[in-house]
Amino acid sequence: MIKRIWLLPWIGLLVSLPAAAAWQVNLSPGSTEIARDIRELHMIIFWICVAIGVVVFGVMFWSIIHHRKSRGAEAHHFHENTFVEILWTLIPFGILIAMAVPATATLIRMYDSTEADLDVQITGYQWKWRYQYLGHDIDYFSVLSTPREQINNEAEKGEHYLLEVDNPLVLPAGKKVRFLLTSNDVIHSWWVPDFAVKKDAIPGFVNEAWVIPEEPGIYRGQCTELCGKDHGFMPVVVEVKPQEEFDQWLADARSAAEAQAAAAEQDWSLEQLMERGEQVYNSACAACHLPNGQGVPGAFPALAGSPIATGDIGPHIDIVLHGKAGTAMQAFGAQLDAVDLAAVITYERNAWGNDTGDSVSPQQIAELNQ
Amino acid sequence: MESTLGQNLGDTHHAHGPASGIGRWLFTTNHKDIGSLYLWFSLLMFLTGGTMALLIRAELFQPGLQLVQPEFFNQMTTMHGLIMVFGAVMPAFVGLANWMVPMMIGAPDMALPRMNNWSFWILPFAFAMMISTLFMDGGAPNFGWTFYAPLSTTYAPPSVTFFIFAIHMMGISSIMGAINVIATILNLRAPGMTMMKLPLFVWSWLITAFLLIAVMPVLAGVVTMMLMDIHFGTSFFNAAGGGDPVLFQHVFWFFGHPEVYIMILPAFGIISEIIPTFARKRLFGYASMVYAIGSIAILSFLVWAHHMFTVGLPLAGELFFMFATMLIAVPTGVKVFNWVATMFRGSMTFETPMLFALAFVVLFTIGGFSGLMLAIAPADFQYHDTYFVVAHFHYVLVPGAIFSIMAAAYYWLPKWTGHMINERMGKIHFWLSFVGVNITFFPMHFVGLAGMPRRIPDYALQFADFNSVASVGAFIFGLSQLLFVYNVIVCIRGGARATDRVWEGAHGLEWTLPSPAPYHSFSQPPVVK
Repeated sequence: MIKRIWLLPWIGLLVSLPAAAAWQVNLSPGSTEIARDIRELHMIIFWICVAIGVVVFGVMFWSIIHHRKSRGAEAHHFHENTFVEILWTLIPFGILIAMAVPATATLIRMYDSTEADLDVQITGYQWKWRYQYLGHDIDYFSVLSTPREQINNEAEKGEHYLLEVDNPLVLPAGKKVRFLLTSNDVIHSWWVPDFAVKKDAIPGFVNEAWVIPEEPGIYRGQCTELCGKDHGFMPVVVEVKPQEEFDQWLADARSAAEAQAAAAEQDWSLEQLMERGEQVYNSACAACHLPNGQGVPGAFPALAGSPIATGDIGPHIDIVLHGKAGTAMQAFGAQLDAVDLAAVITYERNAWGNDTGDSVSPQQIAELNQ
Repeated sequence: MESTLGQNLGDTHHAHGPASGIGRWLFTTNHKDIGSLYLWFSLLMFLTGGTMALLIRAELFQPGLQLVQPEFFNQMTTMHGLIMVFGAVMPAFVGLANWMVPMMIGAPDMALPRMNNWSFWILPFAFAMMISTLFMDGGAPNFGWTFYAPLSTTYAPPSVTFFIFAIHMMGISSIMGAINVIATILNLRAPGMTMMKLPLFVWSWLITAFLLIAVMPVLAGVVTMMLMDIHFGTSFFNAAGGGDPVLFQHVFWFFGHPEVYIMILPAFGIISEIIPTFARKRLFGYASMVYAIGSIAILSFLVWAHHMFTVGLPLAGELFFMFATMLIAVPTGVKVFNWVATMFRGSMTFETPMLFALAFVVLFTIGGFSGLMLAIAPADFQYHDTYFVVAHFHYVLVPGAIFSIMAAAYYWLPKWTGHMINERMGKIHFWLSFVGVNITFFPMHFVGLAGMPRRIPDYALQFADFNSVASVGAFIFGLSQLLFVYNVIVCIRGGARATDRVWEGAHGLEWTLPSPAPYHSFSQPPVVK
């Protein structure tokens, strides 16, 4: 008896508090047709389970209360009944078939990724996402923007703690967007709960998923496949804009890319490179080598005072551009542009007491990074 | 030569009791001694893995990083999983099989006693090797207990090689243990103990042993492929070399899914022993119970890819694995219905083992419900790799497998020690565990549905409240297990004398032996009518 009372508040909570934000107990209502269908499936199977639970536990607790020795209950002697046993094999079978039909229908629709209006390639990296708008010359990385002080409890945590990025994925409302997912290193998984889109990003594979976002707004999710140290720190943020605003964003993003290319032709002073290098370092390198360049012994080497960052500049440029095979060190030549590469290499050679005085220009990098 | 032979014969004739000193435990071939070794070892591992779980829960008590860094957090989740699966649950069931199978089928000992010794003594070395990785440069394995490639190969810390060899040793131990169980059950049954008279615990272990023999070599294969990728230049799982990271998951889960039934079928057996005893009524539907275990075992080989619904399986694959997985609900349902029907119109009492068994039926069924929800492939896209999955498998493993082991210990301790357990302390342990386990794991359903991924050391603010609740529950549950240790020690040291039958409603050959059971179980085979 005590046990059943114990269960009731939980079931009550599940039913009565679907909207409470801090104590959210259920799936997001969903902001696409597929997400709403999935939530409906979820609720149907949930209530079927509750119904079965009420019947089974009801009989069980009825027996516990009434067929106890202390009440003088005498044990009966039946121990099999073919009819009943066949019945409770067939009834669950029927329930399962009833459940499988709508599930199959939804799944078939989820797998139809044809006739997309826009293709976005999503590539997982340790620990960031890269978004490439195929056919639009737009290509950028999306990195966690929550300040380290908040994570280390040195500053008050913001409203979207750990669910905010520097550059969100921007999508047009009402258009079918197809995602092509892959990975550069380990397996990641790209998930936006409101879209009910979760698909693994696997090196060597291209997976497909799709969404038709309905309402403009900001949608947040996370990487859901353990991908190493900062698995908990690579959120997904999607900003859905009305078509006109999206077109404007596309045009702006394209001209920004052109300005970036032009910047690579300018002359950069050591101070300018150092300033930019620090920003690049903190978003691209500090996750492993740490903001103070000390690394993590045994896992990620220190840069402060390291032979590579203080020795000949050639091998330093080489390892940043091409990575180191068989380790977590990625080939940043494919990820950063010439200015950022020049800046971050210059920064590493002059920060934390690595006072080499060296600087490398974007033009030199562009030449090496052909 | 002749004299040596004579001496040996003389020796065996007089060797009725245990040897003395440490040699008794090192060289023993006695099923009870080895069973005890397994059980103590698994208790030690349970407390070790539990301490790691508490560290995880302490870090997750509040958002932000407080106690540990993400690298170490990942090592803790990995080691917690590996230790609980391979060090706590599996050896505990092998220990129970060692103690109880010969006594339940009327045999003097296990069929292969020397191998029995070896299969136990491999384990401490395997785990010493695995735990030593925590102190190595680069740290312990940090890729989760499912060790997906290429995170566990190209991107793994150097200690992964020690992990691979530790897994190999555990696999050898399990296979030898399984061979022993099968040989014992098939060959050493007392006259008249036909297969369809076997106690259900014995049946469940016979089927489990076949599962072990089928899948432990698959696990050995997959870790060997990892070893080749890491050290010998192959590219089984390395896409850059033409390999396939998803192949790893197929091979792993072809082992992994039967493995989860390896951890629950013996629990079914235990519960099917305990409920009839305390309901004072024969188990309802014995034959259908046996067939249900058999069907679950066969189906376990056909459902592995339901762990992989988001890797990009073709539609036909998704549908096949969804349907096959849903089918498992049928035999599992039969088992639950049979247990309830056994209680129905019985004459129940509620001693500690029965309380654990009843909690098993309720909470395992809740874990089964969430399992059914996870089987619905479209919905699984929302559940996959969230705390909903963590809640699901902890419901079937903690109040499932672990509660059944606790129930078994309380049920058979009087037979093992000759002393009754302290009922009051046993009940306190039960209620604290029951409350603690639900406070810990029930809120995980909620945070999972709300969108919290598993295996993260820090989380967004909307998950904070339920995480605090879960952490409080974890400490209640974890600390109350010290009561279990206390209860076991008290029971060994003294207590009311146990009768041979121990429990009023107990039936079966083990209850015909004196309490405590003699060192050699049945030197004369009993006759089963």
